Amino acid sequence: MALTLSRKKRITNPWGGFFFVLPSIVAVLVFVYGMIGWTIKFSLSNRTNAWSKDNSFAGLKNYTGLLEDPEFTHAFGNLMKFTVVFMIGTLISGLIMSLLLEKGIRGEGFFRSIYLYPMAISFIAMGTSWRWLMDSARDDKGTGLNHLFHMAKLNILQNDWYSSENASMYAMALPAIWQMSGYVMALFLAGFRGIPDDLREAARVDGATEFKIYRHILFPQLKPTFLTVLIILGHISMKVFDLIYGISTKSYVTKVLAIYMWQVIFDFQNYAKGSAIAVVILVIIAIVVIPYLIYVNKTEEMK
Amino acid sequence: MLKKSKLAIVLAAVGALVATTVPASHAATNKQLEIFTWWASGGEAAGLAGMTTEFTKQNPNTPFINAAVAGAAGVNAKGVLVSRMGAGNPPDTFQAHAGAELSTYVKAGQVEDLTFLYKAEGWDKVFPAGLIKTLTTNGKIYSVPVNIHRANVLWWNPATATKAGVSAAPKTMEEFIADLAKAKKAGIDGIALAGNGDWAIAHLFDVVLLGTMGAAKYDGLWKGTTAWTSPEVAKAISNLSTILSYGNASKSLDWPDAGKLVTGGKALFFIMGDWASSQWQSDGLKLGSDYTWAPAPNSVDKKPVYMWLSDSFTLPKGAVDRDAGIAWLKVCGSLAGQDAFNPKKGSIAVRKDSNPALYDSYLQAAMKEWKVDTLVGSTVHGVNYGNAGMAAYDSAVGKFYTGGGKDKAGLTKALVAAYKANAAS
Repeated sequence: MALTLSRKKRITNPWGGFFFVLPSIVAVLVFVYGMIGWTIKFSLSNRTNAWSKDNSFAGLKNYTGLLEDPEFTHAFGNLMKFTVVFMIGTLISGLIMSLLLEKGIRGEGFFRSIYLYPMAISFIAMGTSWRWLMDSARDDKGTGLNHLFHMAKLNILQNDWYSSENASMYAMALPAIWQMSGYVMALFLAGFRGIPDDLREAARVDGATEFKIYRHILFPQLKPTFLTVLIILGHISMKVFDLIYGISTKSYVTKVLAIYMWQVIFDFQNYAKGSAIAVVILVIIAIVVIPYLIYVNKTEEMK
Repeated sequence: MLKKSKLAIVLAAVGALVATTVPASHAATNKQLEIFTWWASGGEAAGLAGMTTEFTKQNPNTPFINAAVAGAAGVNAKGVLVSRMGAGNPPDTFQAHAGAELSTYVKAGQVEDLTFLYKAEGWDKVFPAGLIKTLTTNGKIYSVPVNIHRANVLWWNPATATKAGVSAAPKTMEEFIADLAKAKKAGIDGIALAGNGDWAIAHLFDVVLLGTMGAAKYDGLWKGTTAWTSPEVAKAISNLSTILSYGNASKSLDWPDAGKLVTGGKALFFIMGDWASSQWQSDGLKLGSDYTWAPAPNSVDKKPVYMWLSDSFTLPKGAVDRDAGIAWLKVCGSLAGQDAFNPKKGSIAVRKDSNPALYDSYLQAAMKEWKVDTLVGSTVHGVNYGNAGMAAYDSAVGKFYTGGGKDKAGLTKALVAAYKANAAS
């Protein structure tokens, strides 16, 4: 009796909870928002080399300079190509895998683990193995995928992969798709399982075909899942770094914004410009994520 | 009661944390050497251990702390170092390529002038004059080189050369290209290329520039007396384009894998620094029978040219233990230190009085040439450009390479931009 009473007391005291989360609030304020502010401040300053102590305000000079930097536009273009292929590829393959498992086939747990397994591998380890798989040597000199295609007499499929001048980023998206589609599958699978069976049965009773059930009953209910998946993939894609670094280090042909930012800060020691690139990445991610957060808040309120 | 004891446990844990961290930070003010290097494995680590033994012999009461961040050829280490230097918390000494790579630290006022050490230790007499000249900026020297590597070395496998009908090392660029064609006829790749991360292709371009225009004009490229738009550069670019067309199809090899193409008989030539030799020897290959070498082809210079690069150590301003840093630098420049380090690292000593008997036959030949050859610096390994210029140079050549060696005008433009980027930083 005494125990339940004291527990009630603790819950009704609002400060207890506040103090409990205070450390993490402070940490987030300092290490996330404080650092964002710090980076923005740097990006507007004149600290463009290692020895400059000039923290004076430079306006948007560092940002406009980026537009004229061919390496930046190259990295930006690479990132966009990567993002489009990665998102569409992951979405489609994840959806297909979840459709295959959704009906509760035998050995579902086994397949689920197999599909999810690539996620357990670190980007760097995966990058190293995909670097070998996607080697550009062909025919009898080939290794990895080109070798497989050669053995299967599918020579037309052999190509330069990530060292090709124009298609490098599409090849780069392959390992990322391979790794993330299992995760997308899991999200969709959870979405499907969240739909009560009554709905399907009702539809069947009304004479709907399986295709119609998916098209008109199940997919509309998966809308929030779709959105979640897009957001998660989108922000992973925008800040991609270790996968690319693992495969081709700082090579020009596969440079993306995060790699270029790191190079500008630590190799060039151009802190102002590097911070500007970091802010650009942040803004791109914000454009993707913020509408989602607003949407989620609204739907929560409606509930 | 339970709550109280839990609190006590937490307090005890926090107390233990404090107790364990305090002595550690306290120790930093005691006499010790904190060194920052990315030599963490293979011959590099063995060489470092040799120098460390020498240091401990001379300074038995100064503990040696290696703050190395291993891996990625110093890429991670450089990031950590840049942050620490920027935060005013430098190690007592750190590793950097000798030459212009140090310029950012010099301009930032983060490293000390070491001219006094050169005088006191007599290094200004035992180091080659040409090297001292390159190391000196505005009358000051900021680092102590421990080793010399040679960048312009041509490697090949004698058996493959016989198969391709190549009987002697090519002397000029023209002969070199003719030999590449012979290899192609024999059904092997002319040259092994290591495309991963762009730098090894840029390294090849360094050597092609030198071989096409000669040492004097090559030197002028970095000082602004040879224009990047000059016909000599255009010739070098066109040579590079031809040479690349004889390369292996795999565009993303690391240099050890590219080297294996040569030792394994799949490619004829390899242009790489002489660290390739120590790598192959640790793989159990024999110099002379499994692989052999010659200076890289040069169409212009009558006198042999030695394209060098060097690892060196510095004395950061505001180091906790400046005396320990100086003691380390003394070992770095000493005969005992250099002869302990270099035979294991597979490089030669900077000093002219080093003992050849300690080195293998390639290194002995390199030592002889080091004393008499014309010296020029390697761009890719920090001698001619600072960090920003180097990164831009690597990118420019990397882009040219992945574009199939076609965009010559684009490369010229990018090389001019790299020169400007270097001057601006």
